[in-house]
Amino acid sequence: MKLALGPVLYYWPRQRLLDFYEMIAAAPVDIVYLGEVVCSRRHELRLPDWLALAERLAAAGKAVVLSTQALIESESDLKVMRALADQERFTVEANDTGALRLLAGRPFVAGPHLNVYNPPTLAWLAGLGARRWVMPVEMGREALGHLQRQRPAMETEVFAYGRLPLAFSARCFTARHHNLSKDDCRFRCLEADDGLTLHTREGQGFLVLNGTQTQSAAVYNLIAAVDELRDLGVDVLRLSPQSRHTEHVIRLFREALDGRLAPVAAAQALAALMPDVPCDGYWHGGPGLVLAGHGGGR
Amino acid sequence: MPSDALLELVCPAGSLPALKAAVDNGADCVYLGFRDNTNARNFSGLNFDAAGAREGIRYARDRGARVFLALNTYPQAADWQQWHGAIDKAAALGVDAVILADPGLMRYAADNYPDLRLHLSVQGSATNHEAINFYHEQFGVCRAVLPRVLSLAQVEQVLRHSRVEIELFGFGSLCVMVEGRCALSSYVTGESPNTCGVCSPAKMVRWQHTARGLESRLNGVLIDRYAADENAGYPTLCKGRFQVNGETYYAIEEPTSLNTLALLPAMLRMGVAAIKIEGRQRSPAYVAQVARVWRVAIDACKRDPAGYAARPDWVRALDRVAEGQQHTLGAYHRPWK
Repeated sequence: MKLALGPVLYYWPRQRLLDFYEMIAAAPVDIVYLGEVVCSRRHELRLPDWLALAERLAAAGKAVVLSTQALIESESDLKVMRALADQERFTVEANDTGALRLLAGRPFVAGPHLNVYNPPTLAWLAGLGARRWVMPVEMGREALGHLQRQRPAMETEVFAYGRLPLAFSARCFTARHHNLSKDDCRFRCLEADDGLTLHTREGQGFLVLNGTQTQSAAVYNLIAAVDELRDLGVDVLRLSPQSRHTEHVIRLFREALDGRLAPVAAAQALAALMPDVPCDGYWHGGPGLVLAGHGGGR
Repeated sequence: MPSDALLELVCPAGSLPALKAAVDNGADCVYLGFRDNTNARNFSGLNFDAAGAREGIRYARDRGARVFLALNTYPQAADWQQWHGAIDKAAALGVDAVILADPGLMRYAADNYPDLRLHLSVQGSATNHEAINFYHEQFGVCRAVLPRVLSLAQVEQVLRHSRVEIELFGFGSLCVMVEGRCALSSYVTGESPNTCGVCSPAKMVRWQHTARGLESRLNGVLIDRYAADENAGYPTLCKGRFQVNGETYYAIEEPTSLNTLALLPAMLRMGVAAIKIEGRQRSPAYVAQVARVWRVAIDACKRDPAGYAARPDWVRALDRVAEGQQHTLGAYHRPWK
């Protein structure tokens, strides 16, 4: 199995992003997804910057994929998506049906926001040119097994570590929290490295507000399931960047995949590096927030 | 599009009495679903078996109304053929259109029933003309229901660049997230609109009187707590009160309904084909009341768009049945964002 680093879902300052990817160039991941998936107002890096980063990472031996924004609302969103589709140097991950129209007929990655739940839809994507698909986060191992048995010639990627990207909205919940309008958000996401945690009125960490995206507060972690994932024929595990310890997370997954670290021990080591408690309920067919397996609970 | 084909009134029919209430009160079209997880309002006691659907179709046709069938969940991996069976049933019933979200299912419908009219469900998450035109090219989809996330100017851009008819939500509970791209419900309960056709399923809801007030929980997670003088709403998880940085508020959205009566002339001018009323889970009395107001408003708008204004008595009548007894223009109106 290969390791992929998903796109950075938060809004980090420019230098921080550049430093982060410099570190990633030396980290043991095989695939790196780049680009802004969440919000069109996030401009610390623009397309030429992303392309330069992509070249840098490719030179370091990484397979680079450029991700499209998940929610496309305006003509300027479409323009950015077309620019990604028009360049042919790097593979593109389609996160919206509109991107499929632009990419059809050439190799692409079908991203996690495309809603692939069944074999006929997977076959349709393969026919359009998808070489890899990313399982929706709410899908479990049993459903994945059904899909894998009928999978066309393509790779399967599973979101295996990080806060779960659960929803997108036109509304910016970070701006709302600060009593600002979305159009005048003053880029307050820059102050929240890992998003703003939303607690229940009993103080339970529940969700994370990340601009227009809503994430889980708990950190999805499938490291204890790597043998199951391998047995199911999963080709790639996606790790989602967090503001701290991403390099350690990558190394622990690498060691677990290479059999140098027992999965349960790896889960325990990972739990200490998480911004919140672990969860893995989706994988076991239940509510996502539950810890049903060995996520290394504290 | 001729103007008499614009602003069709599309009403919800969760049951045969609701269907009749919609038709009798002026709906041009009603939409319904089968009694299983093939539709996104899979609530117990709601929806249609084949015999009920047949009777509903006859009732609507006799009165000049059309019937759409929503098959707008995503076929699940273990039993995806069940959704093919639902398409077969819909074609045999002779519905006027099926409302779909899943591309694999659209492929099946287009290949096997080329005369069956396909509408793209709001659950299909198409928010731009590239996506909508792709569904048209791939499967012959001829109408799309837009998620409630675009401003009116963005809706106009879609209309300008697409030949696909556009149906917009006019009234009903406001979904804050892009439909079809929200897993919040399954995160808490294991069931979501995409997988099971439900959001915040009722069987997971618990009400509890405590010393701190009435509490609503969804699968154990505290969604809201009400003081004695507050009206308690259904605990849809994105409309609860939560804490962010120590501040307690409706962090995602207040319980409120979308109401676009005021925008009808703009929607007519832009060429919007149809207005959708949400609420297959609501009572026949609700459907009757809402259909009646919208029929009168749409007719008034078409008769004299320049002189049209949403009348206060219409708005009051709708607010009485609205979630939280209040309404919003939602994303159509930019400041909402």
